[in-house]
Amino acid sequence: MENYILEMRGITKEFSGVKALHDVDFRVKRGSIHGIVGENGAGKSTLMNILSGVYPYGSYSGDIVYEGETCRFARINDSEKKGIVIIHQELALVPQFSIAENIFLGNEVKRIKGFINWDLTYYKAQEYLDRVGLRESSKTLVRDISVGKMQLVEIAKAISKDVKLLILDEPTAALNDEDSKHLLNLLLKFKEEGMTCILISHKLGEVQSVADAITVIRDGGVIDNLTAGVDEISEDRIVKAMVGREMTDRYPTRVPSIGETKFEIRDWNVWHPLYDRKVIDNVSLNVKEGEVVGISGLMGAGRSELAMSVFGRLYGRNISGKLFIDGDEEVFFKTVNDAVAHKVAYVTEDRKSSGLILADSLRWNISLANLDAVSKSGFINLDKETLETDEYRRRYGVKSDGVEQKVDSLSGGNQQKVLLSKWMFTEPDVLILDEPTRGIDVGAKYEIYQFINGLVAQGKSVIMISSEMQELLGMCDRIYVLNEGRIIAEMPKEEASQEKIMTYILRDANTEIHAS
Amino acid sequence: METITKKQNRLKAFSLRDNTMMLALIGGLIIFQIIVQAVRGTNFITPVNITNLINQKAYIIILAVGMLNCILTGGNIDLSVGSNVAMVTATAGVLIITNHMNVYLAMPICIALGTLAGAIQAYFIAYVGVPPFITTLAGMLIYRGVTYAILTGGNTISPFPIEMKQFFTGFLLQDLEPQTRILVCVVIGVVISAAFIIFSVLSWIRKNKKDYPVQPLAALLIKDLIMAAAVVVVFYFFGAHSGVPIVLISTAIVVVVYHIFTSVSVPGRHLYAIGGNRKATEFSGINTKRSMFFAYTNMGFLCGIAALVGAARFDAAMPSMGTSWEMDAIGSCFIGGASAYGGSGTVRGAVIGALFMGVLDMGLTMLTLGEDIKRMIKGIVILAAVVLDVLMQKNSASGQGLFARLFPKKAAI
Repeated sequence: MENYILEMRGITKEFSGVKALHDVDFRVKRGSIHGIVGENGAGKSTLMNILSGVYPYGSYSGDIVYEGETCRFARINDSEKKGIVIIHQELALVPQFSIAENIFLGNEVKRIKGFINWDLTYYKAQEYLDRVGLRESSKTLVRDISVGKMQLVEIAKAISKDVKLLILDEPTAALNDEDSKHLLNLLLKFKEEGMTCILISHKLGEVQSVADAITVIRDGGVIDNLTAGVDEISEDRIVKAMVGREMTDRYPTRVPSIGETKFEIRDWNVWHPLYDRKVIDNVSLNVKEGEVVGISGLMGAGRSELAMSVFGRLYGRNISGKLFIDGDEEVFFKTVNDAVAHKVAYVTEDRKSSGLILADSLRWNISLANLDAVSKSGFINLDKETLETDEYRRRYGVKSDGVEQKVDSLSGGNQQKVLLSKWMFTEPDVLILDEPTRGIDVGAKYEIYQFINGLVAQGKSVIMISSEMQELLGMCDRIYVLNEGRIIAEMPKEEASQEKIMTYILRDANTEIHAS
Repeated sequence: METITKKQNRLKAFSLRDNTMMLALIGGLIIFQIIVQAVRGTNFITPVNITNLINQKAYIIILAVGMLNCILTGGNIDLSVGSNVAMVTATAGVLIITNHMNVYLAMPICIALGTLAGAIQAYFIAYVGVPPFITTLAGMLIYRGVTYAILTGGNTISPFPIEMKQFFTGFLLQDLEPQTRILVCVVIGVVISAAFIIFSVLSWIRKNKKDYPVQPLAALLIKDLIMAAAVVVVFYFFGAHSGVPIVLISTAIVVVVYHIFTSVSVPGRHLYAIGGNRKATEFSGINTKRSMFFAYTNMGFLCGIAALVGAARFDAAMPSMGTSWEMDAIGSCFIGGASAYGGSGTVRGAVIGALFMGVLDMGLTMLTLGEDIKRMIKGIVILAAVVLDVLMQKNSASGQGLFARLFPKKAAI
């Protein structure tokens, strides 16, 4: 018994009625590296957030036994005191602070109560930097170092807190091969020193190479537990465990009637707005009339970045490539207006921050992207606006008291329908839907699927970006697989399967590691 | 079926939230009438006070209208307003008084100068990305400095010739016999009211025919009649004093134009959208930089107009001109219900806010309260207005009562 540093028993967690985790048992051996793999949204991060106290005791059911003691963490501080530290995928560093300041943020080295001892801060920080093998002065500002080095600063910060159990969520997602290798070697070194480590990663090759045990999570439950040296750890077995679900009739049927090529992206390249990194690498894709095309890929693959850079250069710099509409007509989208004028619409994945104006009414939101439709020489006909937006509200089944209701009082599903209404109000021929069903319930999802089928039945073209592979398989006529900014596969619906897509992605990640 | 649609298209007859400030203004007038009557034994609501209210607050109303456009874009303010006004006034003084320039040439030059001063700041705010607060803080210092330079070390120049003052000071119908003047003023008030009522009823009939959403006709008529009565009373007061203040004309034009701009024009709607969610507005294909540039350039344009009004009223160009006018304009907008986070607020509210501050000023002065108490009370009123706005916003988002927001329970752990 005592060789387990951590046991989580019967963990169940619900988000407003939806089960994110169901009766999960999870055990980690002391001094081991334990890998967790699973699809986006499988529940990996939720489990780790429960462990670290992000979701406090009482918001879930089940027991956490750590170092033989039942723990009830109310906040992150509680778990950190016990030596459990989580490093999230989105790094939590203050760019304007020096490395040393970041390492001791919230845990400052004090001379007497309330006063910071700067000499000791920098001295101690330098020691931690040596331990993680980062050759930088501790006085360097974090904004001046690369993402790979930032990751090491996060780890230095963790060990400064006397960490016993280190949790890394997708630590290598933004790293190049060399930095990834260094990081994995560092984990092996820590293991020899007796530290326990939980590694969440999509890169199966990485997990296979360093982990002593692997847990596969799917749909909020543990599907498989593999131990190195005992079980045969093969890619096939893991992939099957990750995606092995039966397709059900969660998707409305449709008889595809596909026409000529409507919209085409050729040789598209985009650079990161701040860093010297190519986010989209030579992508070409097309969508035909009456066709739903899916873009599949992991988080950080560049799906939204691709869509936003195409849609009026909302993202990135040094954008190059060509866009064509109706076959040969080359078009240039320098602004969002150009794209809208060519009847292209982009429905953002984040309806709260970049889609809707929550404090405004349905009427104002729906008409915003196409006020010209209800105005004459710059003056809005408010009555016409009311009637026409109400027409869209009814057509897309938004449940509200009318168009004067404020959007922030609607449910997620209804907000999503307002967002769709807003873009339908621009009368598009090509719609790019980015995560159109994120965070909405099953019923509303079905309505969105029906909406998409209705669009293509009218001969419109849909490009659908989704993290849910099932959804893409259920809805799309053709699927592109995007990984690290490149299209690595294209397959018609008939040939597509979750196993196949996952295999392409994992193989792509593997070849990168082996190539170095 | 027909009746059902009609019913759904009915608008609420009266919304307390939309009319809070109007009620506060009327309430303020009545309260001061009672207190002043009790303490001083004189009336507060008198022809001379109502006329003075317009004459004293005209330039603040004009500035508040411009400030509203800035505040809509996200609670952004313009601190340089007072200095810009001073600079334009000084220029007017040098051109018209010292150099005897033709006023019909000098006035457009002055307005153009104000607009240019606004545009320079607008460029830094919209296209360079300097925060408005800092840009206009710099502008406040720079333009005040320029004012001193124009007035060669801070001299006061006066007086302005009558050709210029005739547009912004004095009274229409001043030469008539008092009885005739009252009669003519009341007739003017009645004509304006009648035109307003006819316009609003015709528009109601047109909308109703097309089955557009309308409020009940009776409610509309009652509101129109109250409005009309208020207008007639105000014009009666004008007549009983000296006639219609001439400055009312330019102020009314500014108010009407910007009311239309913010409520029904496409660029006006864009200002609201930017304040509501700038990113979503950009994603909707709207040139947010151009909108920001417009808002601050326009503020400069209205500074130019307010400067001419102020120069005529004070009949001098002096270096301290316009000191803290920006604060009065900002206060008017917030008291008038503009959100401190941007995205909501109306020209109507800003005007009412300016008048409310005027009533407050005048009432406290009549009670012979000192500058100390007056300022404290004005400060408290502004804070209260914004607190109310913050609570109302949270209120609508959380569905909690106002009381619960004011006195939150300790958060449950």
